[in-house]
Amino acid sequence: MAQATVIPADVAGAAKPPAGKAWRFTRRNPTLVLGLLILAIMLLAAIFAPLISGDPYGMKPIQRFKPPSDAFWLGTDNLGRDVWARTVYGARVSLTVGLCVAIASVSIGLLIGVLAGYFRWVDAIVMRLMDGLMAIPAILLAIALVSLFRASVLIVIVAIVIPEIPRVVRLVRSVVLTTREQPYVEAAVASGTRLPKILIRHILPSTFPPLIVQATYICASAILIEAGLSFLGAGTPPEIPTWGNMIASSRVYLARAPWTVFCPGIALALVVLSVNLVGDGCARPARPAHRASDVRPRCNLPAESCRSPDALLQRGGRHA
Amino acid sequence: MIGFIIRRLASTVIVMAIVAVFIFLLLHLSPGDPAAIIVGDNATAEQIDAVRKRLGLDDPLPVQFVRWIGGVSRGDLGVSIFSHEPVTKLIGQRVEPTVSLALTTLLLAVTIAVTFGVLAAWQAGTWIDRLVMVLSVVSFSVPVFVVGYLLIYVFSIQLRWLPVQGYTPISEGLVAWARHLVLPSIALGLAYVALIARITRTTMLDVLAEDYMRTARAKGVATAPMLLKHGLKNAGVPIVTVIGIGVALLIGGVVITETVFNIPGIGRLVVDAIQQRDYPIIQGVTLLFSGVYVLVNLLVDLTYTLIDPRIRY
Repeated sequence: MAQATVIPADVAGAAKPPAGKAWRFTRRNPTLVLGLLILAIMLLAAIFAPLISGDPYGMKPIQRFKPPSDAFWLGTDNLGRDVWARTVYGARVSLTVGLCVAIASVSIGLLIGVLAGYFRWVDAIVMRLMDGLMAIPAILLAIALVSLFRASVLIVIVAIVIPEIPRVVRLVRSVVLTTREQPYVEAAVASGTRLPKILIRHILPSTFPPLIVQATYICASAILIEAGLSFLGAGTPPEIPTWGNMIASSRVYLARAPWTVFCPGIALALVVLSVNLVGDGCARPARPAHRASDVRPRCNLPAESCRSPDALLQRGGRHA
Repeated sequence: MIGFIIRRLASTVIVMAIVAVFIFLLLHLSPGDPAAIIVGDNATAEQIDAVRKRLGLDDPLPVQFVRWIGGVSRGDLGVSIFSHEPVTKLIGQRVEPTVSLALTTLLLAVTIAVTFGVLAAWQAGTWIDRLVMVLSVVSFSVPVFVVGYLLIYVFSIQLRWLPVQGYTPISEGLVAWARHLVLPSIALGLAYVALIARITRTTMLDVLAEDYMRTARAKGVATAPMLLKHGLKNAGVPIVTVIGIGVALLIGGVVITETVFNIPGIGRLVVDAIQQRDYPIIQGVTLLFSGVYVLVNLLVDLTYTLIDPRIRY
């Protein structure tokens, strides 16, 4: 369990230790720090969007297809709208969706997973349902759900959460199955600890380290699916500036105004990359193991479940 | 072994049944009366009632489900709301481009990914290893449509080496067919390459640390046969597993790639159906793709013993 507590402590410690300590931490976790840095910049830009950019909606037909310049940092699109402003505002939707989907699917998946892992009779039914849900490609399930209702950010979030839940459930269940056999759980059962207390005090904490990693991958995957849905015209309503919508409406002008497609595209790739880097950084709190022989003896349970091929399979990514 | 196959087949049937229930319920959640949609805007209440009777929409849900499943098993996925053509026929017309795209991508991605993965594991800790790992994280993060438009912009618009978009059937010449598939396959395959390369590296690292690898090296087996015959063969099962699971990535990516490159495949069919709210098409294609995913993973499970004879069930 040693490493279990190391991860959050390291993340928290990244904020304001003395310079030497911070540098050492950066040297040891380059991916984590780089990811957090990019993410922090993006987050600040999204929050303070009105301060650092102009109006993302204003159309000035005279100024359509202006290449990047002093007046328009990233140029203008086919309706003369400011691409910089739209890209900055687009971060709001992407980050909101990523965060909400990660929180919602982890919370729901945690609840179902703990119950399935601890109560065998729930397990059989729930896991079959989860297998079925996992077999439906995420983006198609999301398309089907979105097409049933009026498109809105909330519907998009729900449509992405549903296909993500089984991945959390499987992870949590596998950790719970291992944890419940641990001597300290047996001891708690033997000493007459009540069931809710066992679940919350003894079982739940061991699921957190792999779940943090999983949450970052879900966040990355959600941002990609949202952009994919918007791009296909099945996501956020087209009047809202999102990166997917921007690319969808500009793609016809790729040859004439490539910046209208690539600026939101690069922003999207950067956000997903930073979230994935944070995930990779969390999955390896110690030095990355270069040799397989380094890996094995050092693994305890939660870190192992972060690093195992199965955890890699659960990575969020281009399901879109 | 036979026991395992029977159990595995049984679980496949159960999973597919659950998938079918999910997808069936999804269509029945759809707002609006399907009968009213089919008859059109100018229909009277009696006409709508007649259609409801004919389609059995007043029957209880389980009865409707059994009827629907019976139709599906006979290859009847319903009729498109928009074009009034059978969904099965519409899908049939679009199979070739999608299968071409998926197979070329699969071939390309697996070849590149396994090569890079083995290389990274063999050269673990060197700059080659780091480069492969960095590339794999990056290519996992760039969405398929961004890669797609980047490739189109560089190779089609600027350099004019390859056609911008579209698809040529294989019957109209192998070269034209291949030229249209190069960029879509790369765009679609990139995330897949990243996933497989990572798993290949991880499992190869484990295998390379085994005693029999040291023995092989000690008795003087050359590097290439050592890596491939002793190493890769033993690392086969997790790699094949991830190839199977990654098919989900591929299927999701097909829908977007076909839109980016204007390929008239099954993915385009769904995207066009979104705009027209053509639920039977969305339902049919979702069912089809889920079925493909489940089948591929069944096949993967069944090939384990072929890859690794040590596995006994």
